[in-house]
Amino acid sequence: MNAEYRKDLFADERSDDFDIIGKPVIRQDILGHVTGRSKFYDDHAFDGLLHMRCVRSPHHHARIRSVDSSAAERQGGVVRVLGGRDVPVNTNTLLSLINFGRDDEPLLATDKVGYVGQPILAVVATSVRAAQEAVDAVKVDYEELPHVLDVEEALKPEAPIVNEEYPNNSFDYFDTYDHQKLRFGDVETAFSKADHIVEGEYQMSPIEQAPIETCGAIAAPETNDRITVHTSTQALFFSVGVTAKQLDVSSARLHFIGGTVGGGFGGKVDSHHEPLAALACLATGKPVKYMWDRAEEMQVGGPRGGERWRIKDGVMRDGRIIARAFTGFFDAGAYTRLSSYAVQKSTGHLPGPYSIPNVASNVYCVFTNRTPSTAMRGFGITAVDFAIERHMDKVARAVGMDPIELRILNAYRDGDMKAHRREAKNCALIESCQAVAQKTGWRLSADAARASSKSGGGVGALGVIPETVTDDEGRIGERRRSGLAPEPFSGQGTRGLLPEGHSSNNSSAFGNAPQREDMEAEIERLGFIGAAGVPPTPQGPMDETASSARPIAPSETAHTTHPAGARGGPSLPAAYTQRPASTINQPFAQPPAQAPGTPAAQQPAAAEAESESATTHFQRGVRRPGVSRFISGSRRR
Amino acid sequence: MKSPVTFRLNGSETAVFVDSGANLLDVLRRGCGDLSPKYGCGQGSCGACTVLIGGEPHVSCLVLAETVAGRSVETTGGLSNGPDLHPLQRAFIEGFAAQCGYCTPGMLMSAKALLDRNPSPTRSEVEEAISGNLCRCTGYEPIIDAILEAAKQRGAA
Amino acid sequence: MLEVQTYPTVGEAASAMDDQARFLGGGTLIMNRVNYGDRRFNRIVRTTDASLSEIRVEGDRLEVGAGVTMAAILASRDLDFLSPAARAVGGPAIRNMASVGGNLMAPHPYGDLAVALLALDAVVRMVSGEELSLEDFLARRNGVVRSLLIRRPRGDEFRFRKVSRVKPKGVSVMSMAARLTRSAGRLSGVRVAYGAMASTPVRVRAVESALEGVSLDHAGITAALSAATEGLDPPDDPIASGWYRREVAPVHLRRLLLGEDAR
Repeated sequence: MNAEYRKDLFADERSDDFDIIGKPVIRQDILGHVTGRSKFYDDHAFDGLLHMRCVRSPHHHARIRSVDSSAAERQGGVVRVLGGRDVPVNTNTLLSLINFGRDDEPLLATDKVGYVGQPILAVVATSVRAAQEAVDAVKVDYEELPHVLDVEEALKPEAPIVNEEYPNNSFDYFDTYDHQKLRFGDVETAFSKADHIVEGEYQMSPIEQAPIETCGAIAAPETNDRITVHTSTQALFFSVGVTAKQLDVSSARLHFIGGTVGGGFGGKVDSHHEPLAALACLATGKPVKYMWDRAEEMQVGGPRGGERWRIKDGVMRDGRIIARAFTGFFDAGAYTRLSSYAVQKSTGHLPGPYSIPNVASNVYCVFTNRTPSTAMRGFGITAVDFAIERHMDKVARAVGMDPIELRILNAYRDGDMKAHRREAKNCALIESCQAVAQKTGWRLSADAARASSKSGGGVGALGVIPETVTDDEGRIGERRRSGLAPEPFSGQGTRGLLPEGHSSNNSSAFGNAPQREDMEAEIERLGFIGAAGVPPTPQGPMDETASSARPIAPSETAHTTHPAGARGGPSLPAAYTQRPASTINQPFAQPPAQAPGTPAAQQPAAAEAESESATTHFQRGVRRPGVSRFISGSRRR
Repeated sequence: MKSPVTFRLNGSETAVFVDSGANLLDVLRRGCGDLSPKYGCGQGSCGACTVLIGGEPHVSCLVLAETVAGRSVETTGGLSNGPDLHPLQRAFIEGFAAQCGYCTPGMLMSAKALLDRNPSPTRSEVEEAISGNLCRCTGYEPIIDAILEAAKQRGAA
Repeated sequence: MLEVQTYPTVGEAASAMDDQARFLGGGTLIMNRVNYGDRRFNRIVRTTDASLSEIRVEGDRLEVGAGVTMAAILASRDLDFLSPAARAVGGPAIRNMASVGGNLMAPHPYGDLAVALLALDAVVRMVSGEELSLEDFLARRNGVVRSLLIRRPRGDEFRFRKVSRVKPKGVSVMSMAARLTRSAGRLSGVRVAYGAMASTPVRVRAVESALEGVSLDHAGITAALSAATEGLDPPDDPIASGWYRREVAPVHLRRLLLGEDAR
C-alpha cells in the first residue's frame, strides 16, 4: 500500500495515535475464502432441491390478456407453477418497510408488464432444465402497449402511463409535488446580476453492478414450522421484512441466513428472490432454489439508474458562483424500489462542496419502461457529482480561470451555510485541491495556495440562511396536464418568501426532540410555504408520507430544547405543530386491492393504531392497509 | 440418464454418476460435494469455476463432465495440505487479495497453473494468466501482487 | 432431455449429426448453450478421435485439425504466425478448451481466429472429404470440419489486430487481419478480413482492391482507408455500436497496415 498520511493537515482536530489505520489487518473471513470453504448461499446442499425459473415479459410494456400454463404444468419434472394470485400480498415497494412510498410493484405480474424481463409466473421443477422447458411451454397472450424509455419523454402529457400507482410517471413527494424541491436564496435575482450564465447538461447511463455471484436464495422447510432461507441478500432485514409482508407470515417463522455475499455493490437489496423461494417452499413443502443465471442478472437485475442533470450557474467575473440551479431526472425504471430515496439523497448533496448563496433544484424520480433501478455504490451522488465537476470545469473555461483555483475560491469553508441549511464543518476540499496541485506540479496562485478551510468561512451572506423564494409549481399531475417545463421557477406559480435566518435549529415543527441534533427535520423541505407562512393542505387522503412523519403533538421537552423563533424566525403554523393524531393515523380512503384469499389482517391493526397515543415515541409495526401486521419490530416513526 | 464417471479429484480416485449433459462444475459441487468452484456465468466469461484438468486451467462450467473420465482434476478445495496452506493461499491472506471471496477459488487455480509452469513470472505474465478471471471487488492489483509474492516465497523456500 | 453420444471416429460422429444434434468440440460454445437451456437441440455428438488434434506440416503447407486448441496453436512453432490471433481468444482456461473448428462456428462478436484464417485464404476440409474456401464455409456454417489447410505466410506479410476495451482479455470491438503480399515492391493480391463487423468474419474486398498496386505507406493506403467499411453494416451490440465500429475502423486499419502502435 502506498497510502500517504498528511498528518500536517488539521493536526489540532484529531489525535494521531492510530492503532488500526496504516497497519495491515487480516480479514476475519479470508481463510474461508482462500480455501474455498466460505459458505455462500448456494453452498448449502439439500436433498430433493427444486429449481425455479420465471416466465418473463418479452415486451417493454404490455397488458396481459391471458396466461395458459396448463401444458407446462403437465410436463415432466414440473412440481408447481406459481402466479401473482398465489402471492398473499403480491404488491410491494421496498421502502414500505420505512413507510416511504406506495406499494407499486407486483412480485409476479398479473395485469400488465412494465419492462422486458418482468416475471409473470414462477415454475418450480425438479431440475433447471425441466423448469426451462416448462417456461417455454407457457403461453402468454399480450396486448402490446406504447412504451417510453426516456425520462423527459415520460413526463410529457402524451406519454403512456408506466406505473398505475403513479399515473403521472413521477414519484409523489410529500403528497404535493411531482419532484423533490430545494430552494435556498433567490436564484432568479442572482442570475440577473451575474456576469456570466453557464449552462450544461450531463447524463449517465444505467450501470449493472455485475457481482460475480448472481442473486439468489434457497428456502427450505424446517421441522418446527419455520422456513430457513439462505440468501445472497445485502439487506437481510429488508429481505425478512419483505418476505414476511408478501407471504403474510410472521417473521418469527422466517430463519434467514446470509451475510456471505459474492459481491453486491447495491444490486442485492431488492429482496425478490427470498419471497419467491419461500413462497415456493411453502407451496411444495420442499427446498427450492431461485437463482438468476448471468443473462438474468444483466437483463433483469436492477442497475444503477440512468440520470440526466442540467445545471445553470450565475458566475461573477472573478469566478464566484452566486447562483446555481439544477434540474435532475432519475430513471427509476418501471417501479420505485430505491429511486425515490436516491432523489432525496442527491438533493441533500446539492450544490456540491461549494458555498453558493442561491441554489434551487427540481429533481424528478421518473418511471419509464426500463428495468427498475436500485442501489449501487453512492447512487444518488455519483452522477450528480460527475455533472457538478464537469460543470465546474466549464465554468472555469467561461471565466478564463484555472479550474483548481475556481474550486478553491468557491469551496465550502468551516462555518458556511449549506443549501440544506446546515453549517459546514470539517471541510477539507481546499486542502485536497492544494495536495492534488502539489502532487501533480500544478502551479497555484499565492492566494489559492494560502487558502484554508478553517478561515474565511461563515462570513457575511455565506454564513446565514438567506431570504428564500419558494414556489408551488409542479404539483402532482400539473405537469402532465399542462406540459410544464421541469426547471425550477419555470412557470407562473405562486411565489412565497421564507424570511432570512429561518434556521432548522429553531424549528420545533415536529414536537418531539430528535435523538440527535442532526436528525432534526426541516419544515421548509416539506415543500411550498406561502407568503403568509401557511403550508398547503395535502391533496387527497393522507398517505404514507404524512404518517411517516414523526408524531406531531408537541411536548414540553421539545419546546424547551428548541425554542421557536429564538433567532427571529416566524412561529410555526399551527397546522404543522398541532395536527390531531386522528388525521395522522387515518387509513387510506381506498385500501389497495388485495389478492383473493388474503386474510383481512389489516383491519385490527388499523383500528388499534387509532387508539394509540400519537405522542408515543416508539410505535410498533406499520399501520397501513395492505401492509402485513407481521412486519416486526419497534422503530422510531 | 445417468452415467458413471471416474477421475482423480485432488489426488483421490473419485467415482460419480453424472446426468447426461451435466457440466463439470455441477458435478463437482453437487455430485462430489466440492463447493470450492463457483458459478458466476455458465458461459466461460468470469472464471469463478476455474479448475485444473491435467494441470491446465479449464472453466468447469463449460466442461462436459464425462470428458474428464480418467483425468486428474484439481480444485481450490484441495489446494492446502491439511492445515498447511499453499504459498498462494498465504499470500492472498497477507496481501488482502480477496474481498467478497467469490472469485478467489478460480483465481487461485489460474495462479497455481501459472506458477507450476513458470515459477518466477513477470507482472504481465501474471496479468495474462488471470485474464480469464473476473474480480469486481479488488481492482486486481492486490491479487497480482499476491501471486508475485507467492512466487517469491516459493522460490525462497 | 439431453443425450450425449460419443463415437471413436469423427466419421461416425459426423454420420450421427442431424438438426437436433450439435457437435461438441472444446465445449465453449455448446456447453454455454446447454447451460442456458437451448431447446433447439436435444443431442450432443462428440468423438474421442485423436486425429482431430493433429497438426501436419509439409513445407509451407499446414493441415490443422479442427480439434486443435488455441493453447496448442500457441505451443506450436509451426503455427507461430497464428499466435497473436490464438492469444486473442479468451483467457488461458478458454484457450485450453476452444478449438479451431469451433472458432469457425462462433457467433458475433467471437471468432477472432477465423478472421486470421480468412486473411490466410484457409481451405476447410470437411469430414466428408469435401474442400471449400473458408469464406464459403462461413456463408453456410454446417457440417463437421476435419481440418483447415493453410499456407504459411512469408516474412512479415501477415498482420493481425484485435481491438477490445478490456486488456489483456476482452471481447472484440473488431478484429482485423491482413496478408500483405507484394510484387515488385507494390502490394498485390492482398487479403483483408474483419471480425465483429458483420454477422460472421468477412473479407473486405473494397479494401483489398484499393490496396492493389499501391505502396505500403501513408499515401498508398489512403484510398483503402476511405473504403474501410464500404459494403459493411457493422452490428450494434453491448460492446460497441455499429456507428462506433464504422467510425474507428479506418484508424485501426491504418495501424494494422502500417504496423503502428500495437498497444
